[in-house]
Amino acid sequence: MFDDFFIRALIAGVGIAIVTGPIGCFVVWRRLAYYGDTLAHSGLLGVTLGYVLGFNMSFTVFVISAIVAFLLLFLQKRTKLTGDALLGLLAHSSLAIGLVIIAVLTSIRIDLMGLLFGDILSVSTNDIMLIWGGGSVILLILFFIWKSLFAGTIDYDLAKAEGMNPDVSNYIFTILIAGIIAISIKMIGVLLITGLLLIPPAMSRNFSISPKEMVIFSIIGGVMSVVIGLFGSLEFNTPSGPTIIVVSMLLFILSLFFKRGYNNLRIKQI
Amino acid sequence: MQQNKIKNNPLVKLENAGVYRDTRWLVRGVSFELFRNNIVTLIGPNGSGKTTTGKLILNILEPDEGRISLNTNRIAYVPQKLSINSTVPLRVSDFMSLTEHISQSKIIENLKLTGVEKLYNNNLIDLSGGEFQRVLLARAIAKNPDLLILDEPVQGVDFQGEIKLYKLIKEILDEINCGILLISHDLHFVMSSTDHVICLNNHVCCSGSPRDVAQNSSYIELFGEQAASTFSVYSHHHDHLHNQDGSISK
Repeated sequence: MFDDFFIRALIAGVGIAIVTGPIGCFVVWRRLAYYGDTLAHSGLLGVTLGYVLGFNMSFTVFVISAIVAFLLLFLQKRTKLTGDALLGLLAHSSLAIGLVIIAVLTSIRIDLMGLLFGDILSVSTNDIMLIWGGGSVILLILFFIWKSLFAGTIDYDLAKAEGMNPDVSNYIFTILIAGIIAISIKMIGVLLITGLLLIPPAMSRNFSISPKEMVIFSIIGGVMSVVIGLFGSLEFNTPSGPTIIVVSMLLFILSLFFKRGYNNLRIKQI
Repeated sequence: MQQNKIKNNPLVKLENAGVYRDTRWLVRGVSFELFRNNIVTLIGPNGSGKTTTGKLILNILEPDEGRISLNTNRIAYVPQKLSINSTVPLRVSDFMSLTEHISQSKIIENLKLTGVEKLYNNNLIDLSGGEFQRVLLARAIAKNPDLLILDEPVQGVDFQGEIKLYKLIKEILDEINCGILLISHDLHFVMSSTDHVICLNNHVCCSGSPRDVAQNSSYIELFGEQAASTFSVYSHHHDHLHNQDGSISK
């Protein structure tokens, strides 16, 4: 009934949405929206290096994202610049380096549109294995650092004072964001991956009363966006990444109307 | 005699501790010990290093000089400032279990102690300053700590509540045998219920029993004559009630 590539895209997309839900909640809670964006921008450099060096693209994207993440931590200690300035610096310089390399190496042909906006046609069985395998590892690690990461998100001093290790969980979380970008960049695209990280949790916040609820609704919202988005993309012959993000935005708008009634209901129940 | 044995082993010991930041010492040369069943209070003007000293003990800050030894890892903290990000949906009940799982019945029991059990399901960001302070205190107590560090624990609490919470702090001490480090501006309470007062002004100005400190000339210089007389007024009041049941005045 559907082509194989479409089934593969569905399986891959659902896998990505399950992981971006919880990771995205922490991105929102920790105010890391621009941080995710920066890592995604540096993804272009990662992809280019993958081509040049002949490595798997996800691997080089992951490595470059991780390097950018640690550069940021280093620069924060070394300079007096604030986070947003440093993020802008890193995002645009890594994006620019990537574009320069692409221009210099005329021998490699890169589908820039596909890279920026995602390409469902490109999802292979290997990609599916990478997404579900890598995604499981990311979720497992998140599960283990959850308590400490969450406590540190609420208040760093309190977490540290009461025997948690917010620094370590923060570093690990940084790597996890690099990981989710690496596994989903091919499908969603450099420019829009942060959208999938942010919009479902933003929608979910409108009717969640606890952190766990927010995570669960984010996953549901993300999966709905991917599934509806992919069908829409097939139906209207639109690029997959933007269509998925448009659907998630529509869900967000719907959640605004849903908000109040739901809240009242929950409080009465308790 | 048992008491003496416990007393030989301090929960916290600071030896000449100091923190240096941006060309100045935030605090320097702080030495004291905190034992079980004791309340040590830090007083001092703004910027005198009270919170910094608390953070040194809590291992949030590393000392640039001196040593800190901590003989327990069961620590609970009521920070001076805690701003909750509104993007996190967090009920009071979730917050109570933030760093350690605490059963529902225990959460309710401890919220009752500070008079806020009705807020169990409320969103943390909707609480008033005083309510939030009560929740913070309840959370700290619920952890059953060996060491309780309270940084301005009753700020924003109404007058009636303030007295009640201070009374509660004293009761907790007796009930769970912990040591308390209190950072407070409230000279009334400090002078009536504390075992040991340390008067900070980037260094230890003076320290000792409340009575000693109140008569110390550097204390009077720092807080004024009024503060010194606060003690004499209050000590009389306190002695009176202390003979009856050992608790502080209502």
